[in-house]
Amino acid sequence: MEAVLEILMMPYVQWTLWTLLYTLCIVGGVLIAVAYYTYAERKVMAAMQRRQGPMTVGPFGLLQPIADGLKLFSKETIIPSGAHRVVFLLAPMMLFALSLIAWAVIPFDKGWVLANINVGILYLFAVSSMTVYGVIMAGWASNSKYAFLGGLRSASQMVSYEVSMGLIIVCVLLCTGSLNLQEIVLADRPLWMQVLLFPMFIVFLVSILAETNRAPFDLPEGESEITGGFMVEYSAMAFALFFLGEYSAMILMSAMTTTLFLGGWLPPFGMEFLGFVPGIIWFAAKTGLIMFFFLWARATLPRFRYDQLMRLGWKVFLPLTLIWVVMTAGILVAFDALPTP
Amino acid sequence: MDFLARSFLLTEIVKGFLLTLKYMFFVPRVTINYPYEKGPISPRFRGEHALRRYPNGEERCIACKLCEAICPALAITIEAEPREDGSRRTTRYDIDMTKCIYCGLCQEACPVDAIVEGPNFEFATETREELFYNKDRLLANGDRWEAQIASNIAADAPYR
Repeated sequence: MEAVLEILMMPYVQWTLWTLLYTLCIVGGVLIAVAYYTYAERKVMAAMQRRQGPMTVGPFGLLQPIADGLKLFSKETIIPSGAHRVVFLLAPMMLFALSLIAWAVIPFDKGWVLANINVGILYLFAVSSMTVYGVIMAGWASNSKYAFLGGLRSASQMVSYEVSMGLIIVCVLLCTGSLNLQEIVLADRPLWMQVLLFPMFIVFLVSILAETNRAPFDLPEGESEITGGFMVEYSAMAFALFFLGEYSAMILMSAMTTTLFLGGWLPPFGMEFLGFVPGIIWFAAKTGLIMFFFLWARATLPRFRYDQLMRLGWKVFLPLTLIWVVMTAGILVAFDALPTP
Repeated sequence: MDFLARSFLLTEIVKGFLLTLKYMFFVPRVTINYPYEKGPISPRFRGEHALRRYPNGEERCIACKLCEAICPALAITIEAEPREDGSRRTTRYDIDMTKCIYCGLCQEACPVDAIVEGPNFEFATETREELFYNKDRLLANGDRWEAQIASNIAADAPYR
């Protein structure tokens, strides 16, 4: 008993336990957010299409995500006979895990961050780029034409849009002078800088739609052409993991946009008198706004054709962001406004 | 130039977004919460069949077989013989609901308003056999829906 207590009091054991607790909190929070994001998606889409959405399970259908989850848990996972079993099962796990570990560097409030690392934005970018491997693995291991085509589409799409996303992030970094997400939020942003970054904010919004394979860029799923894309062979729990991964990635991208462009946990438009509201509320509200944009775009826009998608990525966004990086750097140097670390 | 300005300022996409936002908040829903709410139906609605009775409990059907003769889907089968009191009555009145096309000709043909198509449309079954209605089932339907059937016929009477 004494020995156990002594071990528990050791600093690094305590640190490990606290980190575990924080991790559980974040993962639990994200999973609940994902469950109710699917509900919100159905309700928002329904409202925009003059329907009612789920109404039967619980009051206003509020228990619908739980019913959906139970259904997926209780089903049988079917592995196609031609599939590569290991990779086939590894792909959804990888996608799911990747979309969760990225949350480690997101600052929810001042100091509320699991890993306050100095290259937070690079970590976030790297992890979100890794998800393309999960998609390719799923597409290849399913041993199905549709899944393979979906995987290919997804890979090229994500790679194309990551280029312009990277350049947009460079713009933000030039203005803030730090790779640490907390310092990016806290960096001083005068009005002219916000005006300068606003077009990049719009381009970033479009790019995160493409990056997470959401409508109008949901060609990897493309149910009308390739029946469901890379996840066509998946069922039950494996499919649920893809689903959770996709929605968690959407929420993550919303949180990333909030952190980079909307000032994270700070009150909007620099309104100091609203500072009494906890930062996490502002963070959640801003993230929710971007999350609503995902659903809004899905209800509004028809799916792009594949060549249009590639044209937009390489011929419009890439030159535009490249010019903007040079312009931002030029303006910052010309007005001697480069942030000093 | 105009095209460039429009595509870079995203005017059309913004218009589309505002339209969906308008639909979300300012346009009323068109769907109803079906098993809990139901849409209005006309008094002429042609649903599940029923055989009606007179208020004194006597069945209306006089076994004239006009409905059987007019039925385009040959869904009705009638056998008849005189009852002990000498009145002409059916001994068998079957409707095969899987054949019926709900055209309403049987109720038009009926001289005594005995066979009618009532307002009920929720009679889906799990087996095919349950849809072969016999006379007892049709009379039971008539007893169950009589109030509504009578009011529907009254509401439709001025237009006949």
